Amino acid sequence: MRAATEDHPITKLALSTATVGLIVLFLVLPLITVFSNALAKGFGEAFAALRDPDALSAIELTVETALIVVPLNALFGICAAWAITKHQFPGKGVLVTLIDMPFSVSPVIAGLIFMLLFGMQGWLGPWLRDHDIKIVFALPGIVLATAFVSFPFVARELIPLMADQGSDEEQAAVSLGATGLQTFLRVTLPNIKWGLLYGVLLCNARAMGEFGAVSVVSGHIRGLTNTMPLQVEVLYNDYQFVGAFAVASVLAMLAIVTLIVKSFLEWRYADEIAAAHRH
Amino acid sequence: MTIATASASTWRERRVLPGFGLTLGFTTLYLSVIVLIPLAALMLRPWTLGWDGFWSTITAPRVLAALKFSFGAAAIAAAANSVFGFVVAWSLVRYRFPLKRFLDALVDLPFALPTAVAGIALCTLYAPNGWLGAPLMKVGLKVPYTPPGVVVALIFIGLPFVVRTLEPVISELGPEAEEASATLGATRMQTFFRVIFPALAPALITGTALAFARAVGEYGSVIFIAGNLPMVSEIAPLLIVIKLEQFNYAGAAAIGVVMLFASFAIIFALNAFQSFLASRR
Amino acid sequence: MSLVVDCVRKKFGTYPALEGVSLTAPQGAFIALLGPSGSGKTTLLRILGGLEFPDDGEVRFADLNWLSVPTRERRAGFVFQHYALFRHMTVAKNIAFGLSIRGRRTRPSKKEISHRVEALLQLVQLDGLGKRYPSQLSGGQRQRVALARALAIEPRMLLLDEPFGALDAKVRKELRGWLRSLHEKLGLTTVFVTHDQEEALAMADLVAIMNKGRVEQFGTPDDVRRLPRTPFVAEFLESAVTTPRSSHIAPAVAGWMPNNRIRSGVINEPPPTPVNPTRPPTRTPDST
Repeated sequence: MRAATEDHPITKLALSTATVGLIVLFLVLPLITVFSNALAKGFGEAFAALRDPDALSAIELTVETALIVVPLNALFGICAAWAITKHQFPGKGVLVTLIDMPFSVSPVIAGLIFMLLFGMQGWLGPWLRDHDIKIVFALPGIVLATAFVSFPFVARELIPLMADQGSDEEQAAVSLGATGLQTFLRVTLPNIKWGLLYGVLLCNARAMGEFGAVSVVSGHIRGLTNTMPLQVEVLYNDYQFVGAFAVASVLAMLAIVTLIVKSFLEWRYADEIAAAHRH
Repeated sequence: MTIATASASTWRERRVLPGFGLTLGFTTLYLSVIVLIPLAALMLRPWTLGWDGFWSTITAPRVLAALKFSFGAAAIAAAANSVFGFVVAWSLVRYRFPLKRFLDALVDLPFALPTAVAGIALCTLYAPNGWLGAPLMKVGLKVPYTPPGVVVALIFIGLPFVVRTLEPVISELGPEAEEASATLGATRMQTFFRVIFPALAPALITGTALAFARAVGEYGSVIFIAGNLPMVSEIAPLLIVIKLEQFNYAGAAAIGVVMLFASFAIIFALNAFQSFLASRR
Repeated sequence: MSLVVDCVRKKFGTYPALEGVSLTAPQGAFIALLGPSGSGKTTLLRILGGLEFPDDGEVRFADLNWLSVPTRERRAGFVFQHYALFRHMTVAKNIAFGLSIRGRRTRPSKKEISHRVEALLQLVQLDGLGKRYPSQLSGGQRQRVALARALAIEPRMLLLDEPFGALDAKVRKELRGWLRSLHEKLGLTTVFVTHDQEEALAMADLVAIMNKGRVEQFGTPDDVRRLPRTPFVAEFLESAVTTPRSSHIAPAVAGWMPNNRIRSGVINEPPPTPVNPTRPPTRTPDST
């Protein structure tokens, strides 16, 4: 006799098969395609494509951008979470809404807004040109656009977590004589370290993989302002499929590593990152 | 994210935990530079065309076609995802089958994979000589460079939203309601439609709305597989890029404002819906 | 070094938590803030500890304008209701915290710190548990760690927020006696918050009965029991089992050991550690 809450075996089979089918069709196949196309002409070709100077400088630019953006966003996330969860003040709701904003905005718009500020015809365009400062079509613009699309991740992870943890331990630390920094470093940070790592991981994946926003502000100057995703586009449009997929493979591997570490953290440290998923 | 907000008279309070000024200051500064000021630029720029200019820009046939296409394709993809996502979420939570854990982790792939990578992968996959494209061509279905291609790509990126929103709700559904229903004589089907599904509907709607919002603005995954033919298969974000390349900043901003408002309207409606539900409990 | 609280007011938004609270107590007194939930007793305690700041009023302690002393400089050992132990630190590190964060000039050497931690562990009867983590301890043990941690900084006053609230009856009784004897040993001005009148009357030298943000009466347990000043006090204490204290035993000592055993009705309980009965009354309670 089947339990009252169990589905009919045929239902189970049908839905399970459909699930496996859907995931394979929509998710697994595209992933495999990336690697198989990269290796279509063998490992040698694929590696040669990665050693191409333009590809190398794309990799360099991507890493450079991430090295600037991720720590800054992590710092932002920590500050925002500290202010919001350990203190009372009006307007918290506004702050939280602003932090969620990039998720509801198209990446192209994320790039557009910085063009409107710093582009040739932007508000500050003429001034920047007069002072020979390059923001768009250069690293600073790419950094800004990337920061916009990726800054919520750390904050969104830390805010519910720190809110859940309360501020009792911090108050105890202060009553025992600790300064603000001591309290944060010795009491708060150990409690949030896994949540912080999780947020940084997601932030990094987004920062390295961003396409739309960066595409708008970068100017696509070969060898100079193409990040890896942009380089993929350039190569693909040039029909250099092996090259395009080779670079794409590197990005796909980054995605896989991200997923693995993410799953590991979710499994092992469920409690310490779980707060975020309940909100 | 929801955070409890304090009463209004707390700006003057002497604070026990230090660092408030510093952290709030940095937070506000960062948000201003990265979000507020740029968004202000977006809001203000279209008005350099004047109201008439703005209106004629966004009602130009090509723009309207692009907006209709973006929203339409997103809606179809979101609808498909609500079904697919439900099936996947239900199976992953309730059933056991080989490699389940692995497949569950894979659901997050569209979140982690760069959109450009997804874009070229999908394009190649459905190309006439691709693994999926070839069999489909034989059946007469051409996917790349057609509107359906765009829908396929949008399904890819929207699936996790529905699945991840539903999974926790499904797993928190205790067996009691279903057991009660069974003891009262309902068949499994009846139980599903009258007891289970209504309980899951809010989460399903939320997930679908999130998938929709994401799909409307999607660029990287779609730009390769879309035909990008004006009036036919041109997505709105692409039109923004084109206008920027033509130095028509105001025009680009006008379309941007429309899309932004649409996103806000969706989020706002979603929040209102969730408050409505919360007040009903 | 007496404690003077003068007309302290505190509002949370529009909610009045304290409406002009005043009391005075001599150095070394064991003071209970007793009252129902919402009476403001925890708010007052937190103000004393620097975890809240009043809208109005003054507090003087150790001849200082207490409110102008920053929280971290007060050395007011605060024991939180839910212990607030640092979950990622061992018991020993928890206790050592207040010492290890001091500036170079005032920080004791590592050896000295570890000696003090050992001594405190012994004092709170948790020797050998220094390497455990809070999650591995029982509620009563965690309570004692919280106390040891607060004592490690050699506080000027000890503040306890419903210290036995989360513990079961048996543990409560044990800890009550133990806390009181600790107080005898250390002579620290101690303020503790409770809603349990039996506990308050049994342990304290002075009791402040609070209600809706005001002190209804402040005096020795005997005084408030025998001469309740307001109807609220009378009603509130009605439910407390009362046994008059023997008048020849000094109020500071009497009424705790023997009465506890009679009140609880447990006759087979092993006798608690006796307290030195020759201590003369050195306090003159001051009720307002």
